[in-house]
Amino acid sequence: MSGARLELDGIGKSFRGLRAVHDVSFDVPAGAINALIGPNGAGKTTIFNMIAGVYRPDAGSVRLDGRQVSGLRPDLVCDAGVGRTFQIVKPFKGLSVLENVTVGALHRRPALPDARAYAADILMQLGLHDRRHQAAESLTLPDRKRLEVARALATEPKLLLLDEVMAGLRPTEIDVMVTFLQELNSRTGLTILLIEHVMRAVMALASNIVVVSYGEKIAEGTPAEIARHQAVLDVYLGEAEPA
Amino acid sequence: MSLLARLIGGVPARSLWCLGVLLVLLLVAPTLLGKYGLSVLILVLYFAFVGQAWNIMMGFAGQLSLGHALYAGVGGYIAAGLFFHYGIGPWAGVFVAVAAAVAAGSIVGYLGFRFSLAGVYFALLTIAFSEFTRIAFDHWGWAGGSGGLFLKVDATSDILNLRGGPLLFYYVILALAAGTFVLCRALLESRLGRYWLAIREDPEAAQAVGVPVLRCKMIAIMISAALTALAGVWNAFYYNNLFPETAFAMGRSIEFTLAPIIGGLGTLFGPIVGAVVLTGLGEIFTDLSEVFHISGLKQIFYGLALLVIVMYRPAGVWPWIADRFGFGEKRR
Repeated sequence: MSGARLELDGIGKSFRGLRAVHDVSFDVPAGAINALIGPNGAGKTTIFNMIAGVYRPDAGSVRLDGRQVSGLRPDLVCDAGVGRTFQIVKPFKGLSVLENVTVGALHRRPALPDARAYAADILMQLGLHDRRHQAAESLTLPDRKRLEVARALATEPKLLLLDEVMAGLRPTEIDVMVTFLQELNSRTGLTILLIEHVMRAVMALASNIVVVSYGEKIAEGTPAEIARHQAVLDVYLGEAEPA
Repeated sequence: MSLLARLIGGVPARSLWCLGVLLVLLLVAPTLLGKYGLSVLILVLYFAFVGQAWNIMMGFAGQLSLGHALYAGVGGYIAAGLFFHYGIGPWAGVFVAVAAAVAAGSIVGYLGFRFSLAGVYFALLTIAFSEFTRIAFDHWGWAGGSGGLFLKVDATSDILNLRGGPLLFYYVILALAAGTFVLCRALLESRLGRYWLAIREDPEAAQAVGVPVLRCKMIAIMISAALTALAGVWNAFYYNNLFPETAFAMGRSIEFTLAPIIGGLGTLFGPIVGAVVLTGLGEIFTDLSEVFHISGLKQIFYGLALLVIVMYRPAGVWPWIADRFGFGEKRR
């Protein structure tokens, strides 16, 4: 497993005339951890859905290691090496935790025993191994978030899209997840793009941050640059009243 | 790993023993049972078989079909028609019958799944197709139209043309039901089976982890239609008559769904247990209404019994039995 380079080139998407995303371009280098932030409704999840194949962009293109993936079906985007989690978690409720992750593992390991062993290994890494025989619907929200990550990782992606996996976690749990992702990234070189509101995690993980607001990219830079960026401050804190 | 090892892997020895004993009992049952008993057991196996076929779509892949009479009807009519008109025996005709049912299933499936009809909307589509077909057969001369198609009743045993007494039909339906049981187990323990469960639980999440949702649903409806067509062929040659009004009836489609629902959706044994319970209750209530000379008593009690079962065991009878007696097959 190694990381892939992601390139967004002027992608846009409208829903019945409502412009959700307009002309957004940025790159995530292979092996990097980058973050996508912005206020609620800025279009972050729409951007994820265009990368993951849920929506076809109206304009622009998405490339993974130079290969165009925009317009492909979600399962083919997964095949190309993109794993994603859902902001509103989507476990296979009636299946056990192990079976959930096994479904993901089956993608590249068609034999059920292989897939199951691989899934168990991933659950071990995410600290869900003890709960592997529990039904997914019986998990708490933090565990469901971890299950989302485990299931996406089981498909052996080259790019992992994490949609607010820290939301609802306690500070100590956030630190555990951050450490896990850092360790995963340095061990495998997996490229990670995360949407996140928890700044503690964004600052710790991301080498580069893209900020979107009202569907457009308004800033891009290192965490230190973004923290000082006037447009970002305006978006988050409101513009200063002229004296 | 060999196929056999995969099939029985993870199954408790106790369950395997029980299955073995059950199979032996079913094999010798005709010598133990009278004519009546055998006819009841034939019904049980028939409903277990079609129930398993329907369960692949609803229980495994989560797609509600209320028009499965379509596949049984098409299968039965084609095999019976080929025999009636051209003397082509059902062992050959069955291939045409199954192919036609699979084609019908593919059309219904493609229209429904390609355009993302889900839940009740898909169910309505399946009903619509079953109804169109009923009306078409009402007017199709080759199939006898609304007057029906009759096969010559012939009790002399002619296995090559599937002509014979109840004993022959008993062993054929037993082989079909047992074979489908093994097939269902093999499917569940395969990638395709796990993909079906994932689609049933959440199609969007399934697709995100690489499941080709449309293709998997299409395979489900094709396998289910093929098996249901086999049941239709068997049924046509067992009863020797076919009418569009009954072969494609809404009631028949509903009948196919009852055993798995009562027994336990998505389980291997559910359709079988459901068929035993339903046929058993049906026979008991038929007898009762004869004893008390009240016609209609059967329907009332039958309905009440279903109501009670669904109320108190919504997951089905089999998961409850499995839990209590430690057979350990849960709904997956």
